[in-house]
Amino acid sequence: MRHVIIIGSGPAGYTAAIYAARANLSPLVIASSVEFGGELMKTTEVENFPGFPDGIMGPDLMTRMQQQAEKFGAEIVYDDVVSLELDGPVKAVTLGNGDRHEAHAVIYATGSAYRKLGLPDEDRLSGYGVSWCATCDGAFFRQKTVAVIGGGDSAMEEATFLTRFVDKVYLIHRSENFRASAAMIDRAKADEKIEFIMNARVDQILGADLVSGIGIVDTVTGEQRVLDVQGVFVAIGADPRTHLVHGLLELTEQGTIAVDGRSSRTSLPGVFAAGDVVDPTYKQAITAAGSGTVAALDAQHYLETVHDASRTAATASA
Amino acid sequence: MSTRDVTDATFEAEVLKNEKTIMVDFWAEWCGPCRAVSPILDAIAAEHPDKLEIVKLDVDANPETAMKYQITSIPAMKVFRGGEVVKTVIGAKPKPALEADLAEFLA
Repeated sequence: MRHVIIIGSGPAGYTAAIYAARANLSPLVIASSVEFGGELMKTTEVENFPGFPDGIMGPDLMTRMQQQAEKFGAEIVYDDVVSLELDGPVKAVTLGNGDRHEAHAVIYATGSAYRKLGLPDEDRLSGYGVSWCATCDGAFFRQKTVAVIGGGDSAMEEATFLTRFVDKVYLIHRSENFRASAAMIDRAKADEKIEFIMNARVDQILGADLVSGIGIVDTVTGEQRVLDVQGVFVAIGADPRTHLVHGLLELTEQGTIAVDGRSSRTSLPGVFAAGDVVDPTYKQAITAAGSGTVAALDAQHYLETVHDASRTAATASA
Repeated sequence: MSTRDVTDATFEAEVLKNEKTIMVDFWAEWCGPCRAVSPILDAIAAEHPDKLEIVKLDVDANPETAMKYQITSIPAMKVFRGGEVVKTVIGAKPKPALEADLAEFLA
């Protein structure tokens, strides 16, 4: 039996692993088979993570966190969780390969998953011009015209990154206000390949075998028009990845896992949550990392309490 | 065992004229999800040596074939039979999900 199992390998999961490993809790990290390292694996330059004044590539940052966790004794498994047993003093995690791991505590840090536009042809044209990853697919749109949908940092980053390849980027945002940071907006606005279309909603994706255009509606005037684009990059945010704990842990109205105050304690004793899965607001690598620290310290405290209680019980019954 | 590479030059002989069912993994060095799915494909190929051969094509080094098959997202995995694409799977997925997508070729 393990002390603690950490589910997730983004900044929250790996930071929790570093702290737990340094507390001699020899954590097991379930990193996922294809999404290990989390969202930063799909980004390029990270310029706002403290300690890297010249920036660092997202995948490099995550590899460093992984190495730092392993250096102190964390064990990492590249598989996916298929089921969880979280109530009771012993928690069990079953993986895609059939392995079952047990622990006294679980830290749940599964992050969030890309939100879809919810349009009829979105799934059909996914991979045929519709993409959620500019760094993966941008190079296939050389000399083409593409649209980026969204108004946050990831939309700005994708638009700016895509100008390396494409002739033109339409940045389409449903309002006039951006969630993105001023630095990212300024960079995108200064780029002559990027045209901002504000107050616009995408209502259809066109194309037989490949994307050939999108239909947009002006949210103020109601005017409809079609933009000829060969690529659509969707960056409209993400939803907390909670499907494995539905019915097991309490969630908030925003769909994140409910935690007790500033702690990482969920509705079940011995189960802690960290990172974007508990955060409807900030969703930064550094806030996720901080949240991972909180979870590791909370888990450590919980394990000490459980250990003391069992020792007291053993003494009493002796 | 790692799956072997095919190129623009060898694609016709090795894939299109192959008498067996063969899957091509279109990938690139800079694609994180491609690196993630690669060992999973190696494992699937190793577990089904008589059913499905899996080869890789680097889209950067072989733009002609990538363009011909209209690749716009990688990893893209295309199963060829008798020179025709009979199945396309796009995106890195966990092993059980890929095995489900490819079930008809692995049975």
